[in-house]
Amino acid sequence: MHDIRKVNVMEGILDENDHIAEHVNEHLSAHGILAVNEMGAPGVGKTTTLKNIFKHLQGFKPYVIEGDIESDLDTQDLKGMGIDTYQINTYGACHLDAPMIDHMVDHMSFDQRGMLFIENIGNLVCPAEFSIGEHVMMLISTVTEGSDKPYKYPLAFEKADIIVLNKVDLIPYLDFDEEFFMKGVRALNKDVPVFKVSGKTGEGFEAVAAWLMERAGKLEIKEHGHHHHEHDHE
Amino acid sequence: MHEYPITEQIVKIAEKHCRESNGEKVRKVNLVIGDYSGYVGDSVHMYFDIISEGTMCQGAEVAITHVKPKLKCPSCGELFEKKLLSFACPNCGTDGEPTEIGKEFYIESIEVE
Repeated sequence: MHDIRKVNVMEGILDENDHIAEHVNEHLSAHGILAVNEMGAPGVGKTTTLKNIFKHLQGFKPYVIEGDIESDLDTQDLKGMGIDTYQINTYGACHLDAPMIDHMVDHMSFDQRGMLFIENIGNLVCPAEFSIGEHVMMLISTVTEGSDKPYKYPLAFEKADIIVLNKVDLIPYLDFDEEFFMKGVRALNKDVPVFKVSGKTGEGFEAVAAWLMERAGKLEIKEHGHHHHEHDHE
Repeated sequence: MHEYPITEQIVKIAEKHCRESNGEKVRKVNLVIGDYSGYVGDSVHMYFDIISEGTMCQGAEVAITHVKPKLKCPSCGELFEKKLLSFACPNCGTDGEPTEIGKEFYIESIEVE
């Protein structure tokens, strides 16, 4: 009477997240907003990187969603600079996911075309696994973390559309093996641009901003072709 | 630690498919997890028992098939498992490229009654 039957499912656990991420991506594209998912370990200079990029943005208004486990220090800091900044606190969760961004984006008004920088939770592991509707995954790595990071955290490097290598002003004091680092990056991600910068001196950020502005400039043409970048990785 | 919300999703998907196939109870969930998906099978087991309480999945067994990540050699086509701190193909020495093998994370099937 109670027969046990096998039912084929073949459903991805993250399908729902990815579906919402696509919706977020389309919504932002329609408003002329390039979404940048900024990820990196704690202390790599994610907020500092944003501040430096903002100095060089021309014709694109920056918007920011700050993801933190707790506190709104970075949000207050950016608001003080006059940047439209919104805070998400995850209270323990190790990454942002698409439903959180979807909810937040619904409450934001995008009065000018620009870029939405979503600063993910400081973590080199979990954020790489969750699409949040971004057009661009920007990974911040540093020379102080060591040159073996691509080998130890391959998914983050594989998924990156742009890599910013920060704190290069410290190279003289460290044993950072750039060749080994780049060999790992290239094995995982053949064509990803890598920009060397220093949050301390400000060097290198003009090129990062130029790359983002070029990418944002292509947004409309790309999206009309119904091409979403994150699909490239699936 | 993010296995908790993920396991809620697993229970939700299993219940949906159980209902759709006119089942009353889920007896077993067959899950496929690639080692590079970032999800830890033991944590899923732990949370599953807690989260499934009072749902159609209560008492169900969770069977996990693990998949080892493989790289593909662009020169000779060999699929191989990466060694520590190296991407080199064991066959010809060329650095392998990432593949989708090892990133699986889905419910393959469920057993219902």
